[in-house]
Amino acid sequence: MQTLDLQEIGLREVNATLHAQAENTNQTAWEIVNPKGAHAIACGLDAPIEVTVRGSTGYYCAGMNQQATVNIAGSAGPGTGENIMSGKIVIEGDASQYLGATGHGGMIVVKGNASSRCGISMKGVNIVVQGNIGHMSAFMGQSGNLVVCGDAGDALGDSCYEARFFVRGSVKSLGADCVKKEMRPEHLELLKSLLDEAGIDADPSEFTRYGSARNLYNFDVDNAGAY
Amino acid sequence: MNSHDSKGIPHTTPRQSATFTQDVNSDIRRAAATGIYDIRGGGAKRKVPSFDDLLFMGASISRYPLEGYREKCETSVTIGGLHASNPIELDIPITIAGMSFGALSGPAKEALGRGASAAGTSTTTGDGGMTPEERGHSSKLVYQYLPSRYGMNPNDLRKADAIEIVVGQGAKPGGGGMLLGQKISDRVAEMRNLPKGIDQRSACRHPDWTGPDDLEIKILELREITGWKVPIYVKVAGARPYYDTTLAVKAGADAVVLDGMQGGTAATQDVFIEHVGLPTLAIVRPAVQALQDLGMHRKVQLILSGGIRSGADVAKAMALGADAVAIGTAALIALGDNDPKWESEYNKLGTTAGAYDDWHEGMDPAGITTQDPDLMARFDPIEGGRRLKNYLKVMTLEAQTIARACGKNHLHNLEPEDLVALTMEAAAMARVPLAGTEWYPGKPGTGY
Repeated sequence: MQTLDLQEIGLREVNATLHAQAENTNQTAWEIVNPKGAHAIACGLDAPIEVTVRGSTGYYCAGMNQQATVNIAGSAGPGTGENIMSGKIVIEGDASQYLGATGHGGMIVVKGNASSRCGISMKGVNIVVQGNIGHMSAFMGQSGNLVVCGDAGDALGDSCYEARFFVRGSVKSLGADCVKKEMRPEHLELLKSLLDEAGIDADPSEFTRYGSARNLYNFDVDNAGAY
Repeated sequence: MNSHDSKGIPHTTPRQSATFTQDVNSDIRRAAATGIYDIRGGGAKRKVPSFDDLLFMGASISRYPLEGYREKCETSVTIGGLHASNPIELDIPITIAGMSFGALSGPAKEALGRGASAAGTSTTTGDGGMTPEERGHSSKLVYQYLPSRYGMNPNDLRKADAIEIVVGQGAKPGGGGMLLGQKISDRVAEMRNLPKGIDQRSACRHPDWTGPDDLEIKILELREITGWKVPIYVKVAGARPYYDTTLAVKAGADAVVLDGMQGGTAATQDVFIEHVGLPTLAIVRPAVQALQDLGMHRKVQLILSGGIRSGADVAKAMALGADAVAIGTAALIALGDNDPKWESEYNKLGTTAGAYDDWHEGMDPAGITTQDPDLMARFDPIEGGRRLKNYLKVMTLEAQTIARACGKNHLHNLEPEDLVALTMEAAAMARVPLAGTEWYPGKPGTGY
């Protein structure tokens, strides 16, 4: 394993080294030590490498990730994995707000809890949270799946489009145009595959599915009160 | 109409209300019939103090001019040299503003790229991402990073020559974009990851940052992802230009794009366009003042937009301290938007050439602001590109003509002292003297 000491070589050197890894690199295992909450660690990766950050991170760790697996052995700051395209991010601790914002693909796994606006404007990413998530999560979510093994806060899925939400515990309230939906066999299958991929042991039948009622897709003056 | 009533008493002349004008009454009738606010494209149509209220004095005995066709007047500008290793070098200080694929057709975006490249300047993406035709035909392409992040991906980000973080737009400070169902074609839907035919409302705030301290970290992330190579602009609407410019510079912007209320939008509420935001004339001096107070004028570039139409506007913007301008609506008109040759078709849509602004409906007779294949086929991107290049060249020649007349060998050497104002309002906003006086309202030391 290659070790990068962030305090010693600085953020630019850490990221430039990881960005320099080619598609066919044989140096696939990396660790970053002494992150000390720095921002923008391991953002913009685009190679099939596995990077472990030994500690907690600041804003935008693994932002816009492609192909890489990034493990955060600590808690993660705001906007972690924002606009992720592919690959996987695993957070051992808790995640701050805007986790996976606008993510287009790939998977983010949180072993702890995720804060408010988790999966905001998600566009295809799959997010699996072992604990709870905060308010306004998946606001304007377009596509992808948000799985919550604990509880969800206020206004889940407000103004969402085609994103799907699976919650095992309670939902404090649903946002505008977000409704409870029937869990059909294909959804149970999908949920099982997401939990398996996230490495989380939970029974899909205990979850409830939520998604868009599609009433706000085209403006209607009679719905004006919903906004 | 009889001039007298049946008893022989003269009628008074029918008097239209200055408050309830025919325009206002038609707005009320439309609202009453539909229950929905009016949505349209374009910028503010109301009359506001503008660059038309300023004049250059030219040369005389105390200043001498440059020879029109003999002595050089430079027009080049470098944007983003403060932090970026590859700043943008433009031959002319007139750039093409961000306009989305979705709002505009693919061929229209291509034409903007062709025209801008031929004239030695940059063009800009918009909400909806970067299209191959636009990248392919734009020698310098600025990639907008918008709240919606539609079509946003790091591969395109790395292909960009600069990144423009869009915080706001002059037509709608504090509002997000709108693309109504009629224009969500298969291709647009796929790029934006949305169901076809829905009304798409872009977010008004970025999803993963709020405030100037976050913006600084967002800029750091974008620089790390692009290797500190390309400039990062921050675009703000004309609202609080002194503070917004200060905060953008503090957050680490290489350039500030400032958009006045005459700046166009693809679609938003008419009430928003006409009643929120500041005129372009009013925002440039406070922004320049902010840069000067920070010691950053000419280091962080100021790009001004919103109703720029001619070389005179370019010269006035630069005299007031801008480093460059951006044009949107004017570029569309150069391509053929609102051309009277389509008058009979505009009439069928209930409008007339010059007034057509229902771009969101996707029925543009000129084939520019549409996704309809039949209408799009009316527009030739090669001819459109040629027309835009010509227009950009003319604007540049006009600005040079004025600069030489003021004795300036570079457009950047134009200065506020070259200008006077025709009205008190313009004098106050531009901070240049009322013509024939030494005074403007608010001039330090004058007691007013």
